[in-house]
Amino acid sequence: MNKARTNPLNAFAMHGALILYTLIALFPVFVILINSFKTRKAIFREPLALPDADSFSMIGYQTALKQGDFFLYFQNSLIVTVASLALVLLFGAMAAYALSEYRFKGNTLMGLYLALGIMIPIRIGTVAILEMMVATGLVNTLWALILVYTAQGLPLAVFILSEFMKQVSDDLKNAGRIDGLSEYTIFFRLVLPLVRPAMATVAVFNMIPIWNDLWFPLILAPAEETKTLTLGSQVFIGQFVTDWNAVLSALSMAILPVLILYVIFSRQLIRGITSGAVK
Amino acid sequence: MAQVTLNSVRKVYPNGVEAVTSSSFKIEDGEFVVLVGPSGCGKSTLLRMIAGLEDITEGTLEIGDRVVNNVDPADRDIAMVFQNYALYPHMTVRKNIAYGLKNRKTPADEIERKVAEAAKMLNLEEYLERKPSQLSGGQRQRVAMGRAIVRDPALFLFDEPLSNLDAKLRNQMRIEIKALQRRLGVTSIYVTHDQVEAMTMADRIIVLNGGRIEQIGTPSEIYHNPASVFVASFMGAPPMNLIDATITGGQVTLADGVAMGALQTSAQGAVKLGIRPEDVQLVSEGGVSINVELIEELGAHRLLHGKLGGQPFTIHVLKDIPVDPGAHQISVDPAAICLFDAASGMRL
Repeated sequence: MNKARTNPLNAFAMHGALILYTLIALFPVFVILINSFKTRKAIFREPLALPDADSFSMIGYQTALKQGDFFLYFQNSLIVTVASLALVLLFGAMAAYALSEYRFKGNTLMGLYLALGIMIPIRIGTVAILEMMVATGLVNTLWALILVYTAQGLPLAVFILSEFMKQVSDDLKNAGRIDGLSEYTIFFRLVLPLVRPAMATVAVFNMIPIWNDLWFPLILAPAEETKTLTLGSQVFIGQFVTDWNAVLSALSMAILPVLILYVIFSRQLIRGITSGAVK
Repeated sequence: MAQVTLNSVRKVYPNGVEAVTSSSFKIEDGEFVVLVGPSGCGKSTLLRMIAGLEDITEGTLEIGDRVVNNVDPADRDIAMVFQNYALYPHMTVRKNIAYGLKNRKTPADEIERKVAEAAKMLNLEEYLERKPSQLSGGQRQRVAMGRAIVRDPALFLFDEPLSNLDAKLRNQMRIEIKALQRRLGVTSIYVTHDQVEAMTMADRIIVLNGGRIEQIGTPSEIYHNPASVFVASFMGAPPMNLIDATITGGQVTLADGVAMGALQTSAQGAVKLGIRPEDVQLVSEGGVSINVELIEELGAHRLLHGKLGGQPFTIHVLKDIPVDPGAHQISVDPAAICLFDAASGMRL
């Protein structure tokens, strides 16, 4: 292990592979970004060229911001993503704590039941979900999306977090009990700070699919005032004509907030991913 | 300050394992009692029941004059020190010590004063603003002690607090804990698997084995008058020599036919002789023959290892008695011999 780490050839190969992968992964993003700053003609003539004095244009951004209520879409996406994440983390952590800390009948079965959602995609139940939302009058509200995304995120959250919660020392919780802390205080003040890296991991894993989702906004909340960013960008894609400038600009702007959230979580995330492995 | 009384306290886990058989004892106010025994003997379970972290299956537990079977740990007026310190990792030393008080709505100035007092007592003053991860093992253990002290509890519980420390620090902390307990005069129950800690720290020792109390007594009683073969072999380093023998009309014969002389006893038949290594004297003639195979040099004294009646036997000699491996004669003061029933292992 140590030897492999210090061997320069291995290090070179490893970094080479990683850099190559990074380039491949970032290439589409790069293409989107450069083309969002070009005129329509320039996009089609030379899709891979950088924008220059001739081809530079902000027309895409102007269209995107003018047509449709782009800021509203933006705000909707942000509300849905943040609220869903908060609920997933809160309820996921609570369920994980109960499963890992308290011995009760059916503990293992309950854990399995909650983990089942990892294997069964929630989209299979779309029709039933839509019926439920219609029945409860939640169609075309942000709550519909928040509830569905919370349900979608919980299984993995419970699964990951309960593994981490099991590692929190029993003595620590017992010390808290003797110090007179309630079970809630133990959970919020002692356990949660210790599993913060795991929480960040769960947050990142859930954040991107929610932000990028087109399926549920399209089905559950297609109204103008509840459109999310991904759904809002679709107006520029038509059956016969597509306003590529606007689409690319909208997508470029959509990348930003996730990027910011990711940077916030990433330091914790790296700790979360490696702490399980290295220990 | 409080006394602790256990009346037929028993612990059976849901899977049917009986971790602690019905146990009764009383710990006096201000007493330092050590629960000692090998791993899995139930000592930690017993302590956790007293702390309220584990349900009591049967029997009653009193702290002071109050039956506390159904009282939450926080309301039992106890403080506990754990083996792995159990400090709150994201809080500074000061917050760690103060947290229990803060949680009990103690006024801020009183918290301040108590923390300062405890920090002074434990030499932690310089470390108050550090996080536990920036402290050494001994310092962390002191913080855990500080957290216990500031609460002014009626009862201290220690769950193997020194097991994670290195040998030198353990000796030092042993003395510190004992001195602190003397000074504060708080009733204390201390769990350990280390018989040296038990002997040196306890006012009274409770020896446990297989979930059962083997013996309760002062260190010297336990050492000199073990109640069973288990206690004899567990307490003392090196442990008591235990050899099979038969007694017929007061005459002791070892397994291989060697005569050990006469004993004042009414016991008959197969027995185990218990002889502390330091109760054996080397004599020039007239003793029992033993072949010394190995000598352990320990500075202040030496341990001679050989075989008596075909069974391992250890002799403790002071440093100024020169000994070489080979044949020697020994004699044992008959009054120092403990007799145990060969079958049950209990004292005769």
